[in-house]
Amino acid sequence: MEEIIQKVKNLSVGFKSQKGDEISILKNITTNIKKGETVGIVGESGSGKSTLALAMMGYVKQGLYTMEGECVFNSSNLLNMSNRELEKIRGRKIAMIPQNAGQSLTPNLKIGYQIDEALKLHTNLNKNERDKKISELLNKVRLPSPETIALRYPHELSGGQQQRVAVGMALAGNPDLLLLDEPTTGLDVTTQAHVLELLNFIAKDTGTSMVYVSHDLGAIAQVSDRIIVMYSGEIVLEGPARDILKKPIHPYTYGLLKSIPKLSLAGLPDSMPGSQPQPGAKTKGCSFYDRCNLAEDKCKKNSPNLEYVGEFKTRVRCFNYKKLIEQKSEKQSNIKRNEKNIKINEILNLTDVSISYAKQKLLDQILNKITDTNPTVKDINIDINKGETIALVGESGSGKSTILKSIAGLLRTKEGNIKFDQDRVLSNDLKKRNSSDLRAIQLIFQNPDESLNPNHTVEEILAQPLKLYFGLSGEELKNNIIELLEKVRLGKFYMARYPRQLSGGEKQRVAVARAFAAKPDIILCDEVTSALDVSVQAAVLNLLQKLKEDFGTTYIFVSHDLAVVRAISDRVAVLYQGRLCEIGPSKNVYKFPSHPYTEVLLGAVLEPDPDIKPKLVAEDIVEDKPPEKGCCFQGRCPRFLGDKCKNETPPWQIGDNGNAIRCHINIKDLEKKQNGN
Amino acid sequence: MFHLLIFILKLRTIILIMFFLIIKRILLGLITLFIVSLITFVGTEVLPGDACTTYLEREAYGAALEACYKRLGLDIPAHERYLSWAYNVIQGDFGYSLSGQMPINEVLGPRVKNSMVLASAAIIIGIPLALILGIITALWRDKLPDITISTVTIFAMTIPEFISATLLILVVAIWLELLPGIVIVPTDVTITELLPNIILPVIAIAMIMTAHMARMVRSSVIQVMASDYVQMAILKGVPYWKMVFKHVLPNALLPAINVVALTIAWLLGGVVVTEVVFNYPGLGRLVIESISNRDLPTVQALAIILASIYVSINLIADLLTLMLNPRLKTLQIRK
Repeated sequence: MEEIIQKVKNLSVGFKSQKGDEISILKNITTNIKKGETVGIVGESGSGKSTLALAMMGYVKQGLYTMEGECVFNSSNLLNMSNRELEKIRGRKIAMIPQNAGQSLTPNLKIGYQIDEALKLHTNLNKNERDKKISELLNKVRLPSPETIALRYPHELSGGQQQRVAVGMALAGNPDLLLLDEPTTGLDVTTQAHVLELLNFIAKDTGTSMVYVSHDLGAIAQVSDRIIVMYSGEIVLEGPARDILKKPIHPYTYGLLKSIPKLSLAGLPDSMPGSQPQPGAKTKGCSFYDRCNLAEDKCKKNSPNLEYVGEFKTRVRCFNYKKLIEQKSEKQSNIKRNEKNIKINEILNLTDVSISYAKQKLLDQILNKITDTNPTVKDINIDINKGETIALVGESGSGKSTILKSIAGLLRTKEGNIKFDQDRVLSNDLKKRNSSDLRAIQLIFQNPDESLNPNHTVEEILAQPLKLYFGLSGEELKNNIIELLEKVRLGKFYMARYPRQLSGGEKQRVAVARAFAAKPDIILCDEVTSALDVSVQAAVLNLLQKLKEDFGTTYIFVSHDLAVVRAISDRVAVLYQGRLCEIGPSKNVYKFPSHPYTEVLLGAVLEPDPDIKPKLVAEDIVEDKPPEKGCCFQGRCPRFLGDKCKNETPPWQIGDNGNAIRCHINIKDLEKKQNGN
Repeated sequence: MFHLLIFILKLRTIILIMFFLIIKRILLGLITLFIVSLITFVGTEVLPGDACTTYLEREAYGAALEACYKRLGLDIPAHERYLSWAYNVIQGDFGYSLSGQMPINEVLGPRVKNSMVLASAAIIIGIPLALILGIITALWRDKLPDITISTVTIFAMTIPEFISATLLILVVAIWLELLPGIVIVPTDVTITELLPNIILPVIAIAMIMTAHMARMVRSSVIQVMASDYVQMAILKGVPYWKMVFKHVLPNALLPAINVVALTIAWLLGGVVVTEVVFNYPGLGRLVIESISNRDLPTVQALAIILASIYVSINLIADLLTLMLNPRLKTLQIRK
């Protein structure tokens, strides 16, 4: 019999609304965590997954309270323990690895002190032993030169390093149970893959049980033995990881998995309509009823129970799960994109563009001298065709958003020029661009919460570009707004709403509508889906594709998510440290990644499939700035040649597939090597 | 050994950067002072009336006025007067006051001392009190201690100082007859003689100051208490008070430094209203007196002195923040 380490019994957590109603965030959760296993808790934002993880530490956020149930650890209920008792368990028996390590490390205390604090609290070691242990822990989480790291302040480390420190700190008390709350969200793909690999290693090495909370099924798939799927505060599906990912028998999980874009498949993923019910929404039936395509009348009237299926390993909350079991495992057929419309008709040309964030000294400004020899973005040459979707990908600091900003005119280019409509050079000063150029290029931002004015209604938000560019007013203006809302599939009644009354997906739709209001030729999309849940992301991607086909708009799509880029783009440009590495048609870049950096990036992508493991080819070193000379990727390149890469800027080579790369190694050799792997 | 070397190198860079920063800020401060002196000079020049018309009142015409102008040097063109004045100020001489016919340095000396006494007393009482109240209200947020203290501080903040000062005089001095209500001492009084007189003014000032600062400290502590790193410390098992002192307060009180500095500057610069109500012989009352007397040289001297108090105290506050905030410290080095 496996030993159970934490029992969650019929747990409900909620808050009292202003009217005095009891609103639950978690509803009657019952589950066990066994010794040595890793349990993944997955769900979209608002599903209560973090609240559940925190409750397992006996912590309930301010404003929330335990309505019923208990979390039993070592035969005592954590939720009615005194703070004094909890202090002895937290960090020693159960430790937490937080979502955002950067914000979870106290800024005024050195790394060494913060780990030492945990050691002092939870071990009986003396000063010397503790110092040794700190180095040991930092070594274990694979941080370079532990002694120097210990003397640093949190902000002096990179995101990946901070996350490693948090892991090390959690291991200080030698806990029996580790809770991880989205530990890799916000990290770059390569860093994320490395951190997950480290966590897997630690789980095996120490035998610690782990609870891994994430919205990212890709990450969950890499670490979990068992998966719990949460929806609207309930467990809807629980079972062995492989079963759940390969054959999801709950319609929500099924839809969720289908809405994730995959590297191996071109085209857009299916979207799941609707959104999660708000906490407190009174429904008698199944909480997934509104979005379920298997829904029947009984689903509306009665709420299904969490039932055991098959060999008592899987539990599911659905009346109709048998239909999903019987369903033949169909090959995922993504919606094909229409790729015919692209004519070779260039609309935007970036020629030798370089952009610098360095502040010019006053004297140099007067003399118009260029002082920065190593600008943030350099030598960007991209010709963009009318009607195509070109994606700029790369990790943080790759300059992808910087390039977008300079196309939009928000940032001045330092050298080179941006030509619009084949021959007209766009001024690098926003104030000098005329109204039609401004109209022609529109921007959609990453976070609709910040890009929509909270004091304007949807009507006012959409009216602005219509008034500004087309001088519309009165009835005509209103009709146009309604038309725009219809285009983004929002009803007329949204006009009077404020952004705070919209869900994340609806807000982003309004932002899309605002961009299209200007009837632009080019739309710049800056990480437009990264703040959204996967099911919503799929819907927004589908919407963008539909609008593009209707209007023939050109998209320049910036994203760190390679699978999303694969789904939407015709052509992809891979950037590292503000320099182009590879550019080519998406299908070829993904099939035959030639440049070593593309290889590294694609290798690190996590797929929601436990059988596809990421390939970790390069170290996840973070470079502050690009090298002064030579190849931009020399510092991390797994195929580094030596002095040649250090000193000479690599030449462009064009492969048979239409990919162009910048590398000293012959493109044919690169392709052979990578197929050999 | 190697780390020690790096550390020393780092320390040297920090000191160097601080040094350049101080030089830069002092230069900027001097420019500020120059502009302040120019504005006050131009301002007093443009306004109708001058020292002679005020002094002579109805006889301000003809020969008497001419003679007065000559005596006070007001017949010289304005820009020349400014230049010669500026030259003397650089050498530490503010010239003569027009009304009192005394060297301004002698007029200012005791006033500065008196204002310092008042300000120091208010600072010594007010700042620790504000910190303690702010921290208590934040840690017991929405509980009884917070509700009581917050109600009182909001009252103290909203009642204007001339009303609270008058009420204090009414209750303590007139009804209870415990303390003198109005300060009737010569300007050059010794500190020991002055002390019993300052109790009421100090209470009046400290009330407002403490209330403002306590509110600021409260919101700052609350903000830090809600941060991820405090939640992390709790989940790490750090005992409550240790968490408060190690993880919360250092981060919460950093932003308070600048507010404290502004408050100190405000206090040293003379709390005009309070000084007038209590008839206190400090800088604040001197400001009022010299303006109503059209005593241009004194007004100028006061403007310069007040401006330099603000500039230097802000400089000290910025340097303190820079030294205490590890983030700013290393950010400077990286750039």
